[in-house]
Amino acid sequence: MLKEEVPQDKELFGDQSGICYALDANGRYVLAEFSGWEPANIANSQAWEAISLEVADILAEIRAGKRSPLAYHMVANQMDEKLLAEYTGLFRWQVRRHLRPGPFNGISAKLRGRYASLFSITAEELGAIPDTTALARLQTAKLRSKE
Amino acid sequence: MINTFNHRQSAHCESGVTANLLSHHGLAMSEAMAFGIGAGLLFGYFPFIRINKLPLATFRTAPGNIFKKVAGHLGIHVTRHTFTDQNRAMAELDRYLDEGVPVGLQTGVYWLPYFPPALRFHFNAHNLVVFGREGDSYHISDPVFGETVTCSAADLTRARFAQGALAPKGKMYCISHIPTNIDLAPAIVSSIREVCRVMVKIPFPLLGTRGIRYLAGQMEQWPARFGERKAILYLGHIIRMQEEIGTGGGGFRFIYAAFLQEAAAVLGDSRYLDISTRMTDIGDRWRDFAVAGARHCKGRAGENDSFADLAGILRDCADKETALFRDLYGLTKS
Repeated sequence: MLKEEVPQDKELFGDQSGICYALDANGRYVLAEFSGWEPANIANSQAWEAISLEVADILAEIRAGKRSPLAYHMVANQMDEKLLAEYTGLFRWQVRRHLRPGPFNGISAKLRGRYASLFSITAEELGAIPDTTALARLQTAKLRSKE
Repeated sequence: MINTFNHRQSAHCESGVTANLLSHHGLAMSEAMAFGIGAGLLFGYFPFIRINKLPLATFRTAPGNIFKKVAGHLGIHVTRHTFTDQNRAMAELDRYLDEGVPVGLQTGVYWLPYFPPALRFHFNAHNLVVFGREGDSYHISDPVFGETVTCSAADLTRARFAQGALAPKGKMYCISHIPTNIDLAPAIVSSIREVCRVMVKIPFPLLGTRGIRYLAGQMEQWPARFGERKAILYLGHIIRMQEEIGTGGGGFRFIYAAFLQEAAAVLGDSRYLDISTRMTDIGDRWRDFAVAGARHCKGRAGENDSFADLAGILRDCADKETALFRDLYGLTKS
């Protein structure tokens, strides 16, 4: 890849830029500034779409009363039961239980605080059923980096 | 206190941290040279290891290896710590900073607030250098970024104790002693031999050029085995590992080609320049794969972008790399 051919398809780095290796006119390698490359951007958006789809599914389940609001915060933070259990120091079966609305409503204030501080939110926010704008917010957070 | 630290932006975090730390301690070194002496180049495809539920493909050695190998090859003394206690981990970091020693850390990207949102995934092998502290705010030289950044103690603690695959466990490392009169030449030769061995000599089907061919074979079956939607997710994941961040383009092949140019100068052997040129062509070929693959992901696959065609590009890369690493191995013996 020649220095002149280094792609500048802005997306992943936001307003910053990365470094890649390219050849100068004499065939010597130089560090070239680059702000992104379309194929990499496509692959990255695809990963985010997969996350949004998962979040949308979970939101529907929460509204149908099948899941607790904790499930939303778990997938919105790209976690699964195992990772969430590792972060909170709980057993997986405990986390799995808290993902159901009934047991979730019964958990202690202390445990609720533990979950909330992991996600950097308040205990009230953790318990609230996320509204329809939750998914949109997640997507804007991602889009902000494109500007 | 804030120590002086010469921040240089680099393509890859670990080789960047290694080069910057060495340069700070008086051994000037480029990122490409650190990557080369660290024998960072690899290919491996491990479908039974899952990252975000997708099979692991890697173009580089395991995290921590580059720094370890550079130190090993050059006889540099390194201090390393991991921790179970978060407060102790931060106290120990502060102690080094107060002594004026810049410290390398392994961190989880997800918790670093200065990272662009689009890149914040649970990836736990990101390296950076902390070179100072002002109250609650740590001054960080993150080689992937153009400027130094700052991060609060709370965020940095979280990043150091990220959980999941490759959990850093607060890992920190710093250089304690660099011997005088370092000769790069023998280190270069033996690190090149290590890379060649892994790429073509070890008869393990998931590693090196064998691994590339194995991936090609698997890829052809993805649409039939998993359906088009999942096959595309798998494909996108390979492209991300190859190009997304820190690879310098072409799945580290360009960095390695840059290293081979520097190696030619140090060893005074122009044959390494030819190999470098061939490596560049291979990097370009990997990028062809990414372009065609991304078209496929976008649903704009042309006539020649089927999974079989993509596998064809991979096999081409594998053939060229096999020949290249055999020749390169030969050069190190003569």
